[in-house]
Amino acid sequence: MAVDVNSNKYTFFFAAVMVVVVATLLALASESLKPMQKENVANEKRQNILASIGIEVDAADAEEAYNTNLVRAVVVDANGQEVADPKFGAFDIDVLKDYKAGLSNIYKKNAGDMDGMKSALLAFGDGGVNYPMFVLKKDGEEVYVVPVVGTGLWGPIWGYLTISSDGKTVIGAVFDHKSETPGLGAEINQASFQKPFEGKSIFDESGEYTGIKVMKGGAKGSEHGVDAISGGTITSNGVTEMIVRTLKIYEPIFRQLQGQASMVEEIEMPLDSAAIAMDSLNVELRDSLGLSSN
Amino acid sequence: MSEVAVAEVKEPKEPLFSKKNRALISNPMDDDNPITVQVLGICSALAITVQMKQAVVMTVSVLFVLAAGNVIVSLMRNLIPNRIRIIVQLVIVAALVIIVDQVLKAYVYDVSKALSVFVGLIITNCIIMGRLEAFALANKPWPAFLDGIGNGLGYGFILIVVSFFRELLGSGKIWGFPVFGQKVGALLSDGSLATEATGLYALGYVDNGLMILPPMALITVGAFIWIQRARNTKLIEA
Repeated sequence: MAVDVNSNKYTFFFAAVMVVVVATLLALASESLKPMQKENVANEKRQNILASIGIEVDAADAEEAYNTNLVRAVVVDANGQEVADPKFGAFDIDVLKDYKAGLSNIYKKNAGDMDGMKSALLAFGDGGVNYPMFVLKKDGEEVYVVPVVGTGLWGPIWGYLTISSDGKTVIGAVFDHKSETPGLGAEINQASFQKPFEGKSIFDESGEYTGIKVMKGGAKGSEHGVDAISGGTITSNGVTEMIVRTLKIYEPIFRQLQGQASMVEEIEMPLDSAAIAMDSLNVELRDSLGLSSN
Repeated sequence: MSEVAVAEVKEPKEPLFSKKNRALISNPMDDDNPITVQVLGICSALAITVQMKQAVVMTVSVLFVLAAGNVIVSLMRNLIPNRIRIIVQLVIVAALVIIVDQVLKAYVYDVSKALSVFVGLIITNCIIMGRLEAFALANKPWPAFLDGIGNGLGYGFILIVVSFFRELLGSGKIWGFPVFGQKVGALLSDGSLATEATGLYALGYVDNGLMILPPMALITVGAFIWIQRARNTKLIEA
């Protein structure tokens, strides 16, 4: 071969050939493997949804188990109202994509306007995005699985939270991430981080919405707090942010559920306690009218 | 010129595991270790040595990419234009990693998920670029392959030693299994959370939280270099 490897001509030729060859290879690999990858992703989604209600299945059985446990999948708008005739099925909504698109919209619209961007970011979630919710059966009760997405330290984080039929207690949580630091932020996909979410409440005693916060030493007695990961502060904050922001959107639905739950309680209230309540009311009434016996 | 020609004819007769070739594997383990002597790949050594499991996954990945990259670059060494060789090496490594990741994603999704975080770290690992540039560009495929394996092992050895100490002292675990007893709130095998501390934790032992943070990786590597130089006086310059 009498080609001068270091001539300009050869260098350009080599670079061009390399780019074409590598691009073709990568495109081929990506296109030919896509259907299988999509199937894997869908099955993982089903596995995650099932895991958040405490069912562990293999990827191969995920579709069947998902279909048997699913009661219905609904689409919720930004105001927390169920969409009657959604454009996409709940399962097909890519919350992560919507979240990213929403964010980049805000950045584009408010470029150069820091204050505007700040308030837009704070109000994020009011966009015309739709939010899926999966109603599944667990031990004969209907439970509500909500997907959450947010931002970690290096990239997106996401997960599923399951709220019980009382509309406020978390009964399961799974999280995952794209590229958090192994051993630190990446720990959010471990059971030791996810387990403490169980039994926490997203509403406080007075009925105010609180969400669940991930914080240093947060598990100590708090109804709404979970222990953060040492060395994974930014990821932990990201988890808090995505939970508080996303569950807020579903708040009206949870309130409705609480209303139903408390109505049941009232009906079941024993008669004598109702009588006691009447008595005390009578005493109050008499007091206020100045008719007390003394 | 004639001397060179003679040497090239002789080379194929060299046994596959001649002394020279064996040194390609053994040197990076101690005398020419990529991390402690060449001081390459420090960034990934800091990032993924919190737990042993991840250190092993990273070791296997780097071993594979380094060996395959070395062979490919070595095969192409007479074709690569000198002025764009770095870019060519980078493209080869990146393409290799991405294709492997795509295949794993389609066929063994779980492995790919475990690996996803490392893909970026592998591409930017300067040991890989360093070996391609320093060795593969000037050597035949077989020695290049051995050099890749040797450096990958030398890199992995440090990673695993550092992660052993960081996991043990930082989280009280080895390979994910608690060795000092159970902490309050730890996940038990039956899926519930521990309410009482056992073992050393019951006596008041506390994990060293600093070990989990990246600076302690640097200090652990430093301690390793100290011990290595105390034993291997060849490494001490002047």
